Amino acid sequence: MNQSDFMNVITPFKDRVFRLAKRLLVSTEEAEDATQEILVKLWNNKGKLESYSSVEALAMTMTKNYCLDQLKSKRASEMRIVHNNYTDRQAGLQQQTEDRDSWNWVEKIMETLPEQQKMILQMRDVEQYEFEEIAKIMDMNETAVRVALSRARKTLREELTKTHSYGITNN
Amino acid sequence: MELQTIEKLLNKYFDGETTIAEEKDLKLYFSSPDVAPQLEQYRPLFGYLSNQEQQRFDKPLPLKAKRNYGKWLSVAASVVLLGGMLTLYNLQQPAQNDDLGTFNDPEVAYRETQKALNMLSKNVNVGVGSVQYVTGEYNKSKDVIFKESSNHNQKK
Repeated sequence: MNQSDFMNVITPFKDRVFRLAKRLLVSTEEAEDATQEILVKLWNNKGKLESYSSVEALAMTMTKNYCLDQLKSKRASEMRIVHNNYTDRQAGLQQQTEDRDSWNWVEKIMETLPEQQKMILQMRDVEQYEFEEIAKIMDMNETAVRVALSRARKTLREELTKTHSYGITNN
Repeated sequence: MELQTIEKLLNKYFDGETTIAEEKDLKLYFSSPDVAPQLEQYRPLFGYLSNQEQQRFDKPLPLKAKRNYGKWLSVAASVVLLGGMLTLYNLQQPAQNDDLGTFNDPEVAYRETQKALNMLSKNVNVGVGSVQYVTGEYNKSKDVIFKESSNHNQKK
């Protein structure tokens, strides 16, 4: 497998790896580093990739494990996640400021979810993975995935409803 | 899409029962400008989720063909070493050949040869002398050992 073959393999999912890493690590820089790390790991093991039925699922599993390890070591050293990149969204996304504000709310609420729910929500509602794929990546059964997903969505709904009515009472 | 259908879908969504296609419908509905006012609170959620897909990873990857440079380095090193040794050997060779003196006068040559041969035999004699000494010592110790071991065997 040469470099361009490898790029063809990873191109469909490298953004997903990045987004999952960002969901967990919050900071864009750290998510980029994690993505690089994982893709380079895949490249170094490129000889074995053909034996996997889905390189994407493998990459997502690696991302999950890598990021959870990162978080664990970070917590151990009592470092706090510093995130100041809410504002530097992609240029070209000329959305209304109001929309962006409320998206930031959603993002903040998502950050409060437990890691497992964060990942499942990310893979389902952003990446549109089937439950079967998520179950495989998370090493859970499909019912457990559904339950966790439902919990995550309901927490979001609850918090958003709170924020929404808070906005109304203040106006 | 009808409001009732959307509300039904929403309930299914929060129970984790919707299919990917139904979730797409929901995202589509909430991205439209005419969201029902009572559902307005969900607009940011679906807006945010759809927007997340836009995030890209476009940092360059430091991929290099992993070659075994170490192996080739050692091959190169041994070639250089071998070459160096050969050059040294070739440089020293002519110097040794130059040292062989030659005589023009046969008498002088004869004398010199005799001298050289005398020196040789003297040295050989010295060698023989010490070898004889060693042989004597060897025989002595051999006798001692064999006598003892034969005594030892007899005792058994």
